[in-house]
Amino acid sequence: MKGYRIIQTAIKALRRNPMRAMLTTLGIVIGVGAVIAMMEIGAGSSGAIRKAISSMGANVLNIRPGAASSGGVTFGAGSGISLTPDDCEAILRECPAVRNASPLVHTRAQVVYGNRNWVPTFIDGVSPAFLDVQNWTIEEGESITNRDVLNSNKVCILGKTLVRELFQGESPLGKEIRIKNVSFRVVGVLKTKGANMMGMDQDDIIIAPWTTIKYRVTGAALENTNQSSSSSSSSSTVNTLSNLYPGGQPSLYPERSEIQAADNPMPVRFASIDHILAAARSTADIPAAIRQITAVLRERHHIRPGQPDDFSIRDMTEMTNTLSSTTTMMTNLLLCVAMISLVVGGVGIMNIMLVSVTERTREIGLRMAVGARSRDILRQFLVEAVVLCLVGGALGILLGHGGSYLVRLFLHWPVETSVTAIIAAVAVSAGVGIVFGFYPAWKASLMDPIEALRYE
Amino acid sequence: MEPIVKLNDIYKTYQMGDIDVPVLKGVSLTVAQGEMVALMGSSGSGKSTLMNILGCLDRPNSGSYWLDGEEVAQLSANQRALLRNRKLGFVFQNFNLLPRTSALDNVAMPLLYSAGHISDRNARQRATEMLGRVGLQERINYEPSRLSGGQQQRVAIARALVNRPSLLLADEPTGNLDSRTSQEVLGMIRQLNQKEGITIIMVTHDPAVARHAGRIIHIHDGVIVDGAFSGVAEPHEAPAKSGISPEKEKEAK
Ligand SMILES: Nc1ncnc2c1ncn2[C@@H]1O[C@H](COP(=O)(O)OP(=O)(O)OP(=O)(O)O)[C@@H](O)[C@H]1O
Ligand SMILES: [Mg+2]
Repeated sequence: MKGYRIIQTAIKALRRNPMRAMLTTLGIVIGVGAVIAMMEIGAGSSGAIRKAISSMGANVLNIRPGAASSGGVTFGAGSGISLTPDDCEAILRECPAVRNASPLVHTRAQVVYGNRNWVPTFIDGVSPAFLDVQNWTIEEGESITNRDVLNSNKVCILGKTLVRELFQGESPLGKEIRIKNVSFRVVGVLKTKGANMMGMDQDDIIIAPWTTIKYRVTGAALENTNQSSSSSSSSSTVNTLSNLYPGGQPSLYPERSEIQAADNPMPVRFASIDHILAAARSTADIPAAIRQITAVLRERHHIRPGQPDDFSIRDMTEMTNTLSSTTTMMTNLLLCVAMISLVVGGVGIMNIMLVSVTERTREIGLRMAVGARSRDILRQFLVEAVVLCLVGGALGILLGHGGSYLVRLFLHWPVETSVTAIIAAVAVSAGVGIVFGFYPAWKASLMDPIEALRYE
Repeated sequence: MEPIVKLNDIYKTYQMGDIDVPVLKGVSLTVAQGEMVALMGSSGSGKSTLMNILGCLDRPNSGSYWLDGEEVAQLSANQRALLRNRKLGFVFQNFNLLPRTSALDNVAMPLLYSAGHISDRNARQRATEMLGRVGLQERINYEPSRLSGGQQQRVAIARALVNRPSLLLADEPTGNLDSRTSQEVLGMIRQLNQKEGITIIMVTHDPAVARHAGRIIHIHDGVIVDGAFSGVAEPHEAPAKSGISPEKEKEAK
């Protein structure tokens, strides 16, 4: 018996009792529908999480100096001053897996505009590469430039929260704001990013050239975020444009003489920075980037083999993994429930197929009498079950797809069409048909034609 | 001439738990090509059992059975299925048509199990032709529930003939019909025998029906009382070969 003939016969047999066929396959329809909806909603939410992570900079590597220690007292990670802007340059130059890198210095200070003030969560001194690393774009105005960094120009870019708090609907472009009595011209406004995964408002930010923050702002007053108390002492040292890196701390020790310096040379670091942010070319490149940066920094910092790094590199992989494993677990859990309903649907099919085999005993006997072998009968009933399941599967795909569409429409949940889910659903429903259709079909094939013909 | 059916000392015993129920006790008979034979006997005498063995639905416990020159008594179930498909046609007392299936599909059904490849179009054509031969060309797409008893039995006859069997077996073909439709169906069967030369073995209780046959075999309690062998010359001027004439065979191809 040819393949398509078997299918044709099966469809004809099912059409003899369409209502029953529909009800039988309902279990599969619901099961497959649930699986598809689960997969699509699950894929949607993990996609949304991926997007949230990449908005924080998914491929970003955070390089921090190691812990400073003195006399057995360590000051915690990041307290060392081992990173320099040159390290950042070197990383950019020598690490092919790194797309871009920016130095980062931060401070916390009050920001004043007119009669309003605000203390933003982030005041980040960066290079123009920062925006690229963080995957951030300017909504209005323009970015800071490398020239701004070189000249430590007093320009800044504001996040949306600051615009709201300080300007209240006014356009901030071209306005002057003051950070610790240093006045900055606003050149741009960042696009909204929303809260990050820790719940911190990422838009509560000021971005300025790192040289400006380093030498004009933090150099002026290290210990205070409160502008009013420090203003009196710092007012004399700011805004003097004569020296390139103004606002040095008052020297605690007497100046060394030339001879002292020649006798006892000290390595001079002109600038240390708090972090280097580097972006790997892709998620897959993160391990390579970490390896290359480690090699470059160890060489630049003259760290001998066997000695520990004086810096640390962190990436988001762990957090990404934690979050996506949570959603994956939830999705899998729901999938299990959906699978159970598929099994229940399969049992329903088996039940009805058994009834159908009993009911059609005479038909089986007749088919055998006119020449059907037991394997023909087996195949016929098996194909009937599989056809039922596949039709159910197809309807289930439509149902699940429609369901997830409604979820997107009314609940605004993110959903993602998953081809894998559809292929899996077809395979699973065919599998259910074969597994649960086999026993009834096998029973049918074992019938004795005489007994079957005589069956009332 | 070689008989189409030759039974030799057939025994059939059913097991009912521990008890043996002997039903056929040494049946021997022959049926020649183109004969129409009626099988008569009281209820429980073993007629249906004998028909099952003749129809290769069942195997005798002992004895030999030549069908068309082939020893078939001890064939396996699959071999018997193939043999039934190729050489035998069945007509049942209760028609046994597939419900909610058109007359055409019912008639074409045995072709599904034919070994050789028959195209869909060919199968339809052949089924239509058979329905035409039993006078139902107008009722091709009717389902059994919309056909009268006589028409249903004619569909069943068409189905039995669709594979051009050498032997048609009918177990009480008119048992469920009233006398008028009985006549109609019997007339048809006799015509098939006389015009087409198909060999027919028919079980019946009705002596009036049996008179249509060329020979009557009486069976009593598992033993044949008389009529086992066609002692006389062939009753009808039957053609040499059963089935469809050569021209028709060509047409069907
Ligand atoms: N499967 C079976 N198991 C046990 N005994 C059986 C079986 N089939 C038939 N018999 C017995 O064999 C005997 C002959 O049965 P069979 O059906 O051949 O009778 P019959 O001549 O066709 O009768 P009827 O004219 O009523 O149809 C009966 O006594 C019956 O009880
Ligand atoms: Mg009987």
